[in-house]
Amino acid sequence: MPQILVENLVKTFRVARRRAGALGALVGLARREYRTVRALDGVSFSMEEGELLGYIGPNGAGKSTTVKILSGILVPEAGRVEVLGKTPWKHRIETVRNIGVVFGQRTQLWWDLPAVESFELLRDIYRVPQSEYERTRDELVELLQIEPLLDTPVRQLSLGQRMRCDLAAALLHSPRILYLDEPTIGLDAVSKLAVREFIRRLNRDRGVTVILTTHDMDDIEALCRRVIVIHEGGIFLDGTLDDLRARVTRERRLIVDLVHENGHISDPDAEIISRDPRRLTLRFDPQRVAPAKLIARITAKHEIRDLFVENPPIEEIIARLYGEKKPSTMALGSYT
Amino acid sequence: MNAARLYIRYIGISIRSQMQYRASFVMLSISSFFATAIDVVGIWALFERFGTLRGWRLAEVGLFFGLVNVAMAIGDAFGRGFDQFYRKVRDGGFDRLLLRPRSTALQVAAQELTLFRIGKLTQGLIVLFWAAGVLNVTWTAGTILLALFAIFGGATLFYGLWVLQATLCFWTVESLEIMNAFTYGGAETAEFPLSIYRPWFRRFFTFVVPLACVSYFPALAILGKEDSALGSSRGFQQAAPGIGVVFMLISLQVWKIGVRHYRSTGS
Repeated sequence: MPQILVENLVKTFRVARRRAGALGALVGLARREYRTVRALDGVSFSMEEGELLGYIGPNGAGKSTTVKILSGILVPEAGRVEVLGKTPWKHRIETVRNIGVVFGQRTQLWWDLPAVESFELLRDIYRVPQSEYERTRDELVELLQIEPLLDTPVRQLSLGQRMRCDLAAALLHSPRILYLDEPTIGLDAVSKLAVREFIRRLNRDRGVTVILTTHDMDDIEALCRRVIVIHEGGIFLDGTLDDLRARVTRERRLIVDLVHENGHISDPDAEIISRDPRRLTLRFDPQRVAPAKLIARITAKHEIRDLFVENPPIEEIIARLYGEKKPSTMALGSYT
Repeated sequence: MNAARLYIRYIGISIRSQMQYRASFVMLSISSFFATAIDVVGIWALFERFGTLRGWRLAEVGLFFGLVNVAMAIGDAFGRGFDQFYRKVRDGGFDRLLLRPRSTALQVAAQELTLFRIGKLTQGLIVLFWAAGVLNVTWTAGTILLALFAIFGGATLFYGLWVLQATLCFWTVESLEIMNAFTYGGAETAEFPLSIYRPWFRRFFTFVVPLACVSYFPALAILGKEDSALGSSRGFQQAAPGIGVVFMLISLQVWKIGVRHYRSTGS
């Protein structure tokens, strides 16, 4: 029995159409026109306890709608969902007791108070017994290194400090499932690494199931064995990162460090996509030309100091998936 | 921890938050006092010019005024979370409340206890005691209890109005000002005796938004005056404030409908 089960989930929203101008606004008050938006259109997946899932997609693809349904906030039109064996929207209170949610953009801490006071209020809201509360809090405080921050009013914390306190706040009731909505957004590099490391340990050491939605592909690459890509309300892909790459493009990159500055390489099966004085990046299709063969040809013809083959960065894969093609990658369409 | 104790914990936090801005609290309290005082001056000027209002004297109107404003100050102080609820809907903060294993009404109600309403409360009490003094109200256990009941009923009624205003946010966060017609407009209406209004207006403020039940009717009983205009019985006058409590309980049920609507439509 999976811990989270989603079958044919459908959710539509009615969005009021706004009319232009002051007169339009008046008319709109009296008679509204709506258009229907399908946020989720038959989404199905399941998760076992202890999985760590990257749930990605462009803005408006239905990511947060899914999370809201899984946590019992929203009621869908159709479909079956079971979280810990219960239908979340029918058992909101029981469901939310077992889940933690962190929104990167919004804190759940009380703005004018020290974090420790928010923690104590959350203890009472979730009815966590004092001894258990103390144990969990001490562990989280140590893992997240927030001891020196606890007595500072939250409004005076930096974003990175606040995020660490928010993570602790979401876990005080020891939830078995954690939803993270862009937990690293706006954070500096050090804080990002700290947050990632914490998520990794939480998942690995305590077996907490994690669903992570993010636009930061480094988060995904660092943390997620499994990704679900959602696009226009449907699941575009459910698999590993490598599956995702394979689905979008077979392309590989060949990076060549030259002996002489401004050298050139030409090969019928590879195309230069960027050049520095001493480094060229080429792309090729491994089904058209085997990497070993390409390398052999190039090293035979040119003076090479070093070279290596790599996958295109995951950002580019995602960007291409969403059709947000950057100018430098425009021509790559022919490979897909 | 049960709901009542949790509520008190929340209110403690709200008070500590407000006490971080002491100067702001003092200024707001003073302005709240004077805003109400200006209303008093307006009514005084009216009576100074015209003497009486269909046989009602200034001090009698002062009694209505005192009851309504004390009740409103209390309802306002406790109902602030509902009054400001549109922000929570607009910025998605309501989702956070749904993510916690507690009733949403409790969490909204517990959001804030607005201390600076003490200004309005003080002004209301001053007018109330002045009026009672001028009118030679005999403070017996009965009249004291009835005055407290009227204030309690009034506070719950205003509270209910803010709950309804918040519930409206589940459908639209625009044109909420319409509720001001019932809250602030209603309060100003209830500062004057019901008998001076037209019948449909009286009925509206007795049966729909029952502000007359927490000011006009109990005030008559406190004054020991007969209701010559409307002919209400003494028993009704004494029981009337209970309708304010009923109004709040109904509002909280309507709130649940609003929450259900929100969860099925989202926004």
